[in-house]
Amino acid sequence: MFMPNREIQYSIALNEALIQLMTADSNVLLIGQGVKSPWYVGNTCKDLVRLFGEKRVIDTPVSENAMTGVAVGAAIAGMKAVVVHPRADFAFYAFDPIINQAANWHYMNGGRSSAPVVFWLIINRGGEQAAQHSQAIQAMLAHVPGLKVIAPSTAYDVKGLLIAAVKDPGPVVFIDDRWLYSNQCDVVPEEMYEVEIGKAAIQHQGNDVTMVSYSWTAFECRRAVNELSRCGIGVELIDLRSLKPMDDELVYQSVLKTRRLIVVDGTWKSFGISAEILSRIIERFGTTTTIPMLRINLPDAPAPASSVLEKQYYITVEMIIERTKEFINKTHHGT
Amino acid sequence: MNYTPEFLLNLYRMMLRIRLCEEALVEPILSGQIRCPVHLYSGEEAIAAGVCAALEGKDMVFGNHRSHGHYLAKGGSMHALFAEIFGRQTGCSRGRGGSMHIISPENGVLGIAPIVAGTISLALGAALASSIKNDLRVTVSFFGDGATGEGVLFESLNFAALKKLPLIFICENNSYSTHLPIREIRANNDIHLIAEPFGITHNKYDGNVVLQVYESARNAVELCRNGLGPVFLEFNTYRFRGHVGPDDNVQGAHTDIRPEDEIDAWRKKDPVLCFEKSLMQDNILTAELRQEIQASVDKEVKENFAKALSDPMVPPDELLKYVYAE
Repeated sequence: MFMPNREIQYSIALNEALIQLMTADSNVLLIGQGVKSPWYVGNTCKDLVRLFGEKRVIDTPVSENAMTGVAVGAAIAGMKAVVVHPRADFAFYAFDPIINQAANWHYMNGGRSSAPVVFWLIINRGGEQAAQHSQAIQAMLAHVPGLKVIAPSTAYDVKGLLIAAVKDPGPVVFIDDRWLYSNQCDVVPEEMYEVEIGKAAIQHQGNDVTMVSYSWTAFECRRAVNELSRCGIGVELIDLRSLKPMDDELVYQSVLKTRRLIVVDGTWKSFGISAEILSRIIERFGTTTTIPMLRINLPDAPAPASSVLEKQYYITVEMIIERTKEFINKTHHGT
Repeated sequence: MNYTPEFLLNLYRMMLRIRLCEEALVEPILSGQIRCPVHLYSGEEAIAAGVCAALEGKDMVFGNHRSHGHYLAKGGSMHALFAEIFGRQTGCSRGRGGSMHIISPENGVLGIAPIVAGTISLALGAALASSIKNDLRVTVSFFGDGATGEGVLFESLNFAALKKLPLIFICENNSYSTHLPIREIRANNDIHLIAEPFGITHNKYDGNVVLQVYESARNAVELCRNGLGPVFLEFNTYRFRGHVGPDDNVQGAHTDIRPEDEIDAWRKKDPVLCFEKSLMQDNILTAELRQEIQASVDKEVKENFAKALSDPMVPPDELLKYVYAE
C-alpha cells in the first residue's frame, strides 16, 4: 500500500505514534492525569479513548507518585506503559518510581526483570504560569543511570523516537515541549518507523560555528540559523534529539570542522545539559586545544509570572542571533 | 475447616525453612562474613507461609526490606537467596541486589525493594495489568506498619478501589518502625481501618496463627478472583530479631529499644512452635516425623548455604553490565 508523506503538526505526529503503537500492540497502555482532556495534553491523545477504551487509556486521580508507580508495576508485569505528566513540575512527586524503582530496576535485579516505561513529561513554559508550571527538569533525569532521555524537536522525530521509546526494553524519559505542538510542522511518513535513541541529527550545514540544541530551543535555533546565514555566518546546527545516550561523537566531528561551539539549552545553566556537552567536548579535545565555547541557557532563577520578566527569562530567536554574532566577532579566527 | 495432613505439614515445613534460613544468617552477620544489610523475618513466618499457600503459581507478590520469607514461601530458590546475600554471581539478582533486592519472576516474586512503601504502587500496576488482560491473577503487596506513614499507600488504596483491582494489601504490623514503637508514629494502631473510607474489604488477624492467616488470605484471593477486590488485611506479629541484622534491639543494649518482657511474651507466641504444638496435639505431627522434617530442612539449609558460599563472586569487569536492558 502506498503510504504518502505529509506535512503535519508535531502534536499530530505524536498522536499518530500513540495510535499506531496501541493498535500494533495490545500491551501498550497510556496512563496519566488529563489524557481525556485537551486542557492537559492538547490534541496528542485525540481519539485514544474512543479507539482503545478506558481500560488502556486511563485518566487518573491527582496521585502522581502512585500513578507513575502503576505504570512501572504494569511494565514489570509485562505491559508497555506510557505515563504522562502534563506539567513536568508534577513529576517531582513521582521521582521515587522513576528513579529509585524504574531506573535501578534492571541493574538491581541482575538483569532478571526490567521496567519498559515511557515517562512523558510535558514542559509548559511561558504564559505567565510562573515557577511551578514551566520547569524543564531533564538534566536531573539525565543524571540518573538506567534512564534514557529523548527530547525531539520535529514532527518526524517525535513520532520515530516515541515509537523507539515504547519499544525500548527499559525506561525512557520523553521530554516534550508544549510550544512545539502547533508551531512545528514537517514531513512525516504515515507508516510506523523508529528514530534510533542516542543519535543526533545535523539540521543545517555550516563551517563557522557548531550550534547544539534540542527540543523547543532547537526550533528557535532553526529560525536563527536562517537569519545568521543571511548575515554570512555559517552555522552547523545539531539537534541532539536524545540527551542520554548523547551523540557527542557527531558534535565532536562538527566542532573539529568549525572550531567553535554554542550550546542552546532551555534549562538552567548550572550543573545542567549544556555543562555536560561542553565538558564532553573538552574531554575529547584534551587540554591542548582551545575551542571557544558559549552557552545560552535560562538564568539560574525560577520562572517568573510577569510577562516583562518572562521576556528576559526565556531564550528567544533574537537572543540566539545577537549572542551568536557577538561570539563570532569576539572569536575571530583571523582568516 | 478440614485440611489434609499433607497441606498442614507443607505449611509447617515452609515456616521451618524460613526460620532456619534466617537463623543461619545470624552467625555470618556477626562475624562480618555477610556485609549487606539483612532484615530477618524470624517471628513473622506464619504470614508469608499462610498467604503464599493461598496463592497460585501465576499470582504475583511484591515485598519490602524484610522479604526473605515472602520470597521463599512463593517458591524462590533458597540457594539463590543465600548466594545473593553473599554477593555471588549465582544469586537471584546476580549479586547486584543483595538481601533487599531479591526476585524470582518465574515464581511470581516480581519485586522486592526497601524504599518504604515503594513497591505498593508497583503491585498496584501489576494488578492493573491483570485487570486489563483479564488473566485472573491476584497480586499481593506486603508492607509493614512503617509504610502506613507514606502518602503513596493512600493514593494506591484509592486507585485500587476505584478500578476494583485484584490486589491484596497486606500490612505486617510488627509494632516497630525501625527504632520507633508504633505508638510514637501513629495516632491509631488499628491499621486496617485506613481501608474503610475507600470502601475496601478489610480486617485484622493474628499474624502468628498460620491457619488464621491462610484462611483470611484464601478468602481475600477468592474475592479478588471474582472481581470483588481489592482487600486489605492487617496481621499483628512481632519480629524476634531487631530491625536490621541479628541485634535484638533489647533495652539496655546499645540500640536500647524493646523491653525484655515484651520479647519474652511474644516468644511464647512463636508461630513455628505454636503450629508445631497444635499439629502434635492433633496427631498430625509425631515426635518422629517432627525430627525427620527438622533434619531434612536443616540439611537443605546447610547444603544451600555451603553451596552458595563456594559459588563464584561477581566478575569485577561486569560492573556496568545490566545498567540498561537490551
